[in-house]
Amino acid sequence: MTNQKNEIDFLLHLADNALIIGHRNSEWCGHGPILEQDIAITNIALDYIGQARNFYQHAAELINRHPIGIDITQTGNDIVLPATEDSLAYLRDVREFKNLLITEIPNGDWAHTTLRLFLLSEFEMQLFTQLLQHPDAQVAAIAEKSIKEVSYHVKWSQDWVLRLGDGTDESKQRMQAAIEAIWAYTGELFIQPEYATAACLNYAAIQAAWNKKVSAVFEEAGLNIPSKTFVQKGGAEGMHTEHLGYILAEMQYLQRAYPNSEW
Amino acid sequence: MVNNTIAINAIWKILETVKDPEVPVLSVVDLGVIRGVALEEQLVTVTITPTYTGCPAMDMISMHIKMALNAAGYQTTIQTVLSPAWTTDWITENGKQQLKAYGIAPPVGKSFDQTYLADLIVPCPQCNSTHTVLVSQFGSTACKALYKCEECKEPFDYFKCH
Repeated sequence: MTNQKNEIDFLLHLADNALIIGHRNSEWCGHGPILEQDIAITNIALDYIGQARNFYQHAAELINRHPIGIDITQTGNDIVLPATEDSLAYLRDVREFKNLLITEIPNGDWAHTTLRLFLLSEFEMQLFTQLLQHPDAQVAAIAEKSIKEVSYHVKWSQDWVLRLGDGTDESKQRMQAAIEAIWAYTGELFIQPEYATAACLNYAAIQAAWNKKVSAVFEEAGLNIPSKTFVQKGGAEGMHTEHLGYILAEMQYLQRAYPNSEW
Repeated sequence: MVNNTIAINAIWKILETVKDPEVPVLSVVDLGVIRGVALEEQLVTVTITPTYTGCPAMDMISMHIKMALNAAGYQTTIQTVLSPAWTTDWITENGKQQLKAYGIAPPVGKSFDQTYLADLIVPCPQCNSTHTVLVSQFGSTACKALYKCEECKEPFDYFKCH
């Protein structure tokens, strides 16, 4: 039963990451610097919403299989049963969300947005590669599917880090400012959540591969890794920045005001 | 058993009439998303796999498959599987020709080794020139990239390797 609870929490963690970063990226819809890049970032947002759906659907299936005895929330709030992908996305409150803080911080400028996506998607690349060995075949299948999309996200965001970092004085200064602002949120990527118990997971290896890749790209772009090492953490356990509440207020309003409405 | 085979062949024929809503020249069979067809009594189970996880066309494709088979008198359920993950290698030769004729450059090369992430030479579907440039890796839908032909100056969609 503990294993089951851990897997559900881990699935919700992955789903929440995808949903929240998907939502953040979708905020660029209609605001991208040029039409082609506006389309790119919204396509990436769509990929994330698709990944979130897969993880939520699987979490819902596991919850519904063992509805009794699984305490799903940290705060003891009831979760609506039977669970669905929609109830998990729209009817849990801030403290129940397990997304990493890096996914919820505001978009900032284009440098902040593309840098955050690079740092996050390279982490996902490594994490999902490990998940290919997950004992639950459906988790492995979602990872296999997602890796193909994440490959494009890494490529696209990496190109922007290089382009801005190795660009004009202004673009370089902006990309370096983005690094200074976001760096404190990268440490949380490598803190293994208590519920991430699958044997295939090795966060130290993820961190080593990530460091190697990020250092290489920063070096090529002429960007510096900050010497400050303070780590903002807690998202995976439901302790969030003030920003998540605002996202959920916007995202969940309709379902809460008009329960079960469809469109 | 023989009757069953005949019936399943007939179902595949029906599926060939169901088109991708985003690329209406391409049938779902040519797109490579039909993973299997099973028939028990009058109940058909069609197993499909999504192209992209967030592709909004997938819900529509499921609905169109159901409608086409219901019209032929079959009860239908749709089952979705994710693994093995769909790749552009599963688009049939016929499908690739249809894409080109429609003005969308078909995938270049194989998808399994990720060399597709490198810069590729994608021939223009209009004039066949290889003098083309990538405008954006993400085009009008998740599955397409946007290119421009330097020869005939036409922009075109490229069905990117996946």
